[in-house]
Amino acid sequence: MSESSLPPQEKRLIQVRVNGVSHEAQVETRWLLSDVLRHVLHLTGTHVGCEHGVCGACTVLFNGSPIRSCLMLAVQAHGADILTVEGLAAPGGALHPLQQALRQYHGLQCGFCTPGFLMSIYAFLQEDPDPNLSDEQIREALSGNLCRCTGYQGIVAAVRHLLTSAQVTTAPQVEPGAIAEEERV
Amino acid sequence: MKPPRFVYHDPTTRDEALAQLMTYADEAKILAGGQSLVPLLNMRLAQPAHLVDINRVSDLASIRKEHDGLAIGAMTRHREIERSPLVHLHCPLLAEAMPFIGHPPIRSRGTVGGSLAHADPAAELPAVLLALGGHISAESQEGRRRIPAEAFFVSELQTALASTELLTEVWFPLAPPRSGASFVEVSRRHGDFALVGAATQLTLHEDGTIAAAHLALLGVAPTPVRIQAVEALLQDARPNATLFSEAAEQAMAALDPPADMHASAQYRREVAGVLVSRALHTALERAHQGGQL
Amino acid sequence: MSTRSFGEPILRKEDQRFLTGSGIYIDDIDLPDMLHAAIVRSPYAHARILSIDTSQAAQLDGVKAVLTYQDLTLAANPLPLLIPHPALTHPHTQYALAKDVVRYVGEAVAMVVAVDRYVAEDAVSLIDVDYEPLPVISPDHLEVAASPGTPLVHEDTPHNTAAHFVQQVGDIDAAFADATHVFERRLRIDRSASQPMETRGVVARFDAFEQILTVWDTTQGPISIRNGLAVLFGLPAEKVRVTAPDLGGGFGGKIMLFYPEEILVPLAAMRLNRPVKWIEDRLEHMVGSNHERGQVHDIALALDANGRILGVRDRFWHDTGAYCPYGIIVPVITACQLPGPYKLPNYYSDATVVYTNRTPVSPYRGAGRPHGVFAIERILDYAADQLGIERAEIRRRNFIQPDEFPYDVGLTFQDGLPTRYDSGNYPAGLERALEMIGYDYFREEQRQAREAGRLLGLGLGCYVEGTGIGPYEGAHISIDNQGEIHVATGVSTQGQGHQTSFAQIVAEVLDVDVVKIHVTTGDTQRFAWGTGTYASRALVVAGNAIGLAAQAVKEKALKVASSVLEVAPEDLELLDGRVCVKGLPTRGLSLAALSIASNPIRYAYGASAPDLPAVLPTRPGPPLSPGEEPGLEATRFFSPIHATFASGVHAAIVEVDIQTGMVKVRKYAVLHDCGKLVNPLIVEGQIYGGVAQGIGGSFYEHMDYDEHGQLLNASFMDFLIPYATEVPHIEIDHIETPSPINPLGVKGAGEAGCIPVPAVMAAAIEDALASFGVTVDHMPLTPDDIRKFGIR
Repeated sequence: MSESSLPPQEKRLIQVRVNGVSHEAQVETRWLLSDVLRHVLHLTGTHVGCEHGVCGACTVLFNGSPIRSCLMLAVQAHGADILTVEGLAAPGGALHPLQQALRQYHGLQCGFCTPGFLMSIYAFLQEDPDPNLSDEQIREALSGNLCRCTGYQGIVAAVRHLLTSAQVTTAPQVEPGAIAEEERV
Repeated sequence: MKPPRFVYHDPTTRDEALAQLMTYADEAKILAGGQSLVPLLNMRLAQPAHLVDINRVSDLASIRKEHDGLAIGAMTRHREIERSPLVHLHCPLLAEAMPFIGHPPIRSRGTVGGSLAHADPAAELPAVLLALGGHISAESQEGRRRIPAEAFFVSELQTALASTELLTEVWFPLAPPRSGASFVEVSRRHGDFALVGAATQLTLHEDGTIAAAHLALLGVAPTPVRIQAVEALLQDARPNATLFSEAAEQAMAALDPPADMHASAQYRREVAGVLVSRALHTALERAHQGGQL
Repeated sequence: MSTRSFGEPILRKEDQRFLTGSGIYIDDIDLPDMLHAAIVRSPYAHARILSIDTSQAAQLDGVKAVLTYQDLTLAANPLPLLIPHPALTHPHTQYALAKDVVRYVGEAVAMVVAVDRYVAEDAVSLIDVDYEPLPVISPDHLEVAASPGTPLVHEDTPHNTAAHFVQQVGDIDAAFADATHVFERRLRIDRSASQPMETRGVVARFDAFEQILTVWDTTQGPISIRNGLAVLFGLPAEKVRVTAPDLGGGFGGKIMLFYPEEILVPLAAMRLNRPVKWIEDRLEHMVGSNHERGQVHDIALALDANGRILGVRDRFWHDTGAYCPYGIIVPVITACQLPGPYKLPNYYSDATVVYTNRTPVSPYRGAGRPHGVFAIERILDYAADQLGIERAEIRRRNFIQPDEFPYDVGLTFQDGLPTRYDSGNYPAGLERALEMIGYDYFREEQRQAREAGRLLGLGLGCYVEGTGIGPYEGAHISIDNQGEIHVATGVSTQGQGHQTSFAQIVAEVLDVDVVKIHVTTGDTQRFAWGTGTYASRALVVAGNAIGLAAQAVKEKALKVASSVLEVAPEDLELLDGRVCVKGLPTRGLSLAALSIASNPIRYAYGASAPDLPAVLPTRPGPPLSPGEEPGLEATRFFSPIHATFASGVHAAIVEVDIQTGMVKVRKYAVLHDCGKLVNPLIVEGQIYGGVAQGIGGSFYEHMDYDEHGQLLNASFMDFLIPYATEVPHIEIDHIETPSPINPLGVKGAGEAGCIPVPAVMAAAIEDALASFGVTVDHMPLTPDDIRKFGIR
């Protein structure tokens, strides 16, 4: 008689908003958010490069903050607001200024790391950085995402353009959880 | 690389979490930020039967100034600490260390409690806590206790926490007036784990001699290392290049670092000396400038 | 309006889908009823398999199949040897699943197929393999693998020597006997790997009703895979379709015939009658996808009194890992490319290819050139220093001159043809590179920096790169009845922008906007003749085939227009998508209308039909003349007579913190000659990426094996690829010496960026640390290595 030697993994129903659209999904409690986005919600724009948090290809925005979706269990995203690369362009297909800039400066070749870079750059620009950042400082902001094709040159140029142009992020944002700071004597 | 099977728990209250830890103890691992644990799960290097996800437990994230220190809830994300005006003002050593922790997406999720409980020998926060002589608050169903930093880090990836305990809060002393802090590290790439690093804070008397010296090193031993001999050398001394050079020599002499593929023992020892010297110089400058980074 | 775009840095067509996350990469393919595979891999570098117990795994809920070697039947033979060579006397390839013996950590031992990858991995952990460890050959010093007494990786291969070959020119002994100066160095480059951002993967589906096998595969050579699978499974080639979807980088590591999974996944799909997907994860990729770069050279340089090269003798060892599926291409290229841009009247290259118990080796961007360039550039630098000649000067004295082309090096290249440099201007390249790096005022800058306690150093490196090898590639172009132009070719794409650059070639010939030109690469259903994308050849070979096909289509269009308009073809011209009478643009027909007219059937399909006369002029003979074909389409092939040789010079300024051993690249300049440029944006992108990989290979990336054959840095945590902070801003300038041996005058550019970088960095470090008397003999260097240089 055939017998499973491993107990079945629990499944849970999660509700999550992705790019402004609400989704419900049955997920195993061990499934990674990256896998659920890609294979349950069929949003395959978020890519998986390493599954240990180093390459950044899986970066999405989670309640307004950039995270590695390969390092989050999907069940942890229940109730959250997520922005992926598919949420950047306008509904008619017009590219977001970030996407336009990467194209203009040849900041992509194979395109595999590109969604992760877009979301990381999106998060970075949300912080309203100084338009006069040095090349070194821009590269620091981009470290944390690996690219094997471009040598980063076009990506740095695109970010410089975005910093110095009037273009800013325009997609809806969710306020990150605020920390109360109390003064106690 | 997909996680192995586990029983998933997501308590929403502290009591619930503690009850689960009491029940499952050694069979459970706590999931906080996940930036250290989930890679281990994905690689199946960690295979806990039970996973206790404390992200939905309320009241574990906060930054509070008390009369003599900053009390930071265990689930406070690195990014919140990095941005906190309270931390910049009252604990500049902690503030300076934060940007060295990985990259922004790691800091969005990673927590101060998780980082300390994970106790990687090359991590920044354990060294900062140890240098400043802070402490941990831990709770279990059996009660609460306070663990000073010097007793908390037992060995590589091992702390004094029992498997039934939850780290709930971290306390860092406030930087006194006329203090200057410096955190420096050497890593292969930007944002990588340090090969070796130094965390230091100097407080000056009115006459410019050293009132208090705090110094800890990371990446040189299975735990962060605070070198009493060096701090004693600096205590009440007049700071200058010769003193700092001697401090660096004494720090090196006290070390017996490990070797790995990234650096030899000799490298870690000697560069520790270089970083001690550089950090002390910078801390002194900042102490003169009124403590701001 | 002219739509000339050849040579223009036009923005890429493929970007729209990549930027919006709508690219289709292998793991994006989800088919109904699909199963997922996972592989059991050997944790031992060398072991006998005593038994494999799959019973627990097979019983796990959700597991559909567990395969070991015994289950392979059709795939029971060793995998093919892709490139035989007479000197490869002891070739060995692995089995798709290990039979009796495993020879490297990561070798595939069993395959699980299950409902999802999570369950498949659970099943993998339940498979119990009983191994008997055998002696491991994983020496710190590669030459030891070939020493007498060393245990054997393969029982029938003495001295673990897969191949030994010699290439020579002239009389090397006489050269050394006559020499005024002789210099010798031992040099080493460590093993590394291409590590694209996307790992490998295969999806296969077998349609039992039509008996058609469809495979999506992250391969750089879909045609070879298709032909190989057809033979292996006894299917007609027309019933096997292999498509390379969008690929997240290749860099050489994705070209094989075969990787085991490229056979196992189709086999499982056929056996289970359900689609099967296998996606390699990063940990698997570290050991299960090929490596490269490991070589040791003993090089000797004979010079006359004026610093002119009389001869070079190079004895080297090449680490091929546990098997040599790709033959000995990499060391052959090393031997052929070592002479570089210099005149070597006498040359003796002696190569020993050794087996080790490590992941097999096949080309990684550069494919042996970085090693050869490292050897010659380092010995030239050393000689220059010893003789008190400037490093740039010793190169000037030895360059092949611009009026000496074609220049026969006297060797046989990887394509079996003579290494004959077709064009180039090496002296001009060097001068321009020196100008870009600020050579003339660097010494003063260096002196001032030293006084301020900062150590700056300058290094340079020259190379010649054989590109565009055959045997051939082809292209099919057709213009449909809407005037849209469809191009298909057999090469594949991994980020090079072929859909844009190839379209530019067509746009130039047909005078049409690239927006109307749709290029398909890597789909055997669209084009099934050719070999693939590797060795910096796609643009040269496929690009020229595309140019020829476009020309043929243009001629056809003129001919059809001539027939419809009743005007001689020489009085017609193709302008802006229309064929019209010269000087009378209103009298003409669109390509769409001509496409319709080219098909002499009763009904005219297409919106442009009304533009044609209701009754077309008749001519004598049948509607289709003998030899004539309907439609505006053509298939053409291009087969180069031999490689075309690109070249370049890189220069860099670095700053070394001798206390911590950390290096910062302050300035990086590339002078590059790849003949005519189709799209400068794309060429420069290739160079930037190559330089970044070269910097990786100089300071960060290597495969760290211990003596047990265990890969110690088997993840991205410890295998360090540079982030943006580790790569400098890169300046590029071009010289164009067109290739005289292909119609477009182009040369390849894919690998140029990475070839000389380790040599450049080694030179720069030596220059920065000159006061410590440092010689850099191996790459990559860690901060520990560099710090040790400063300890006297």
